[in-house]
Amino acid sequence: MQQPAIQVRNLRKSFSKRTGFRKKSELLAVNDVSFHVMPGETYGLLGPNGSGKSSLIRILSTLLIADSGYVRLLDFTLPAQAEEVRRIIGRVSVDAAFYKKLSARENLLYTALLYGQKAREAERRVIRILDQLGMEDTKFSTPLEEMSRGMQQKISIARALMINPPLLLLDEPTTGLDPKSRRDVQSFLEDLQAREGTTILLTTHDMAEAERLCVRIGFLAHGRLVAEGTAAQLMRRSGAQTLDDAFIKLTGEELVEEEDEMALVED
Amino acid sequence: MEAVMRQTWAFLFRGYHITRRYIGWVIVFNFYALVTSATVALIGVAENNYQLTLTLIVGALLWNYLSRLYEEIAMSIAYERWEGTLEYTFMAPVSRAVHLLGVSLFSLLNSIVTSVIVLLGLMLFTNLNLRGANLPGVLVVLAVSTVAFVGLGLFAAVFPVMSPERGAEATHIFQGSLLLVSGVYYPIDVLPRWLQPLSAISPATYTLSACRKLFGVGNSGSTAEHLAGAPLSAVWHELLVLALMGAIILPLGLFVFVRIEAWAKKKGKLKRTG
Repeated sequence: MQQPAIQVRNLRKSFSKRTGFRKKSELLAVNDVSFHVMPGETYGLLGPNGSGKSSLIRILSTLLIADSGYVRLLDFTLPAQAEEVRRIIGRVSVDAAFYKKLSARENLLYTALLYGQKAREAERRVIRILDQLGMEDTKFSTPLEEMSRGMQQKISIARALMINPPLLLLDEPTTGLDPKSRRDVQSFLEDLQAREGTTILLTTHDMAEAERLCVRIGFLAHGRLVAEGTAAQLMRRSGAQTLDDAFIKLTGEELVEEEDEMALVED
Repeated sequence: MEAVMRQTWAFLFRGYHITRRYIGWVIVFNFYALVTSATVALIGVAENNYQLTLTLIVGALLWNYLSRLYEEIAMSIAYERWEGTLEYTFMAPVSRAVHLLGVSLFSLLNSIVTSVIVLLGLMLFTNLNLRGANLPGVLVVLAVSTVAFVGLGLFAAVFPVMSPERGAEATHIFQGSLLLVSGVYYPIDVLPRWLQPLSAISPATYTLSACRKLFGVGNSGSTAEHLAGAPLSAVWHELLVLALMGAIILPLGLFVFVRIEAWAKKKGKLKRTG
């Protein structure tokens, strides 16, 4: 039997939040979450702000250490094998974090070197990826601060893919993008999945995006995974006509598009 | 090994291009370093006291080198928080030792450039003549004290990891305290008695003491035309203390950094940009 590429069992993560002078309260960002993603599958996590999506991605990216639970990515467990996990994941976050004064080329070559890659080979690979994302070569030497958010996000995707990772963690990669850039990114991810068989874990607010890209979808609310299945299964289970309605019925919440859920949960 | 070399080079590559893009500010900082050093040295010139002038020049030169080295390493994490790239650096499969080695190498190059600019500038503002100074000895002392200062930089770099809001401020308080207690511009015995013991634990105290002897400061044979620098054997005590400090502070700084990084990952402190 095939092993899942990503396996998460009973994962918990809490943050302490200052609520007054010498007063702190615990906030459960991820509450007993279990799911798995099979090799080559695109799995979507949907949830409103503060539902724990970004915390989950951060735990899988080795940037957060969970309080308890089991996490395995391919053959490696976290947090014990964080060093090995870093070699097999690429991450795109909602905020395209770059040295804004540096050009796309300089930012990407820095990442390539950081991953121990040969600069020239990495540059060839990146140009190919950017071409597939519909970006002109001429933009390669433009400082990031002069680029639109859509272009920055495409560079961010190129950064995650230039290391050719078998696992891709995408944290709201299309939030804030214009419709064309959003479509470009979604088409690229579909092609990538079909061509390379990359395993993708995607968090999003966008129901249409989840339906288009994800084989299975998990609904997160208040840190809990409240429902999981294909879009059709989720709609059938809730008796809803749309995935949006299914989300509201199963979680009792509505999706609000904001950029950063972590500000709500970290102290 | 090849991959490690590339990873180390990544930090030099990044530092070079950031410096290039912020070249206006780099010129301003170096100009400011030169002007403040010249201002201090001219106090000795105004007093028409060559020994005092030399004392101040050596203090200004060494403090520029050591403080720039310390500051660049200590602030490297804070810079990444401001840029918003800290998570991506910490997510890369690069060991913390290689990461900090790369950062330290770039800081070292930066410090050397600043020190050369300040030295050339001081030669314009004063009749500084290095003939007779034990310059190879000074380089040996600087090489040994660099290790200790890199260690101090690593220690201070944990503050921005621990606290996005207050970390960068803490690194400057620490730097200011070193300036106060290390006898950069004045003898330590003019400090309040309760403060003087702190000078014994600052590596800068020993660096300055050794380098002043090697330049010939305090030696009655030193004149404006020809300095009477001491031989390296005259500063073996300072060298020994500096070597011991480096051997302790550098690995300890790395150890503390790695432990604080793990703590920050438990507390979720890497996220915010401060």
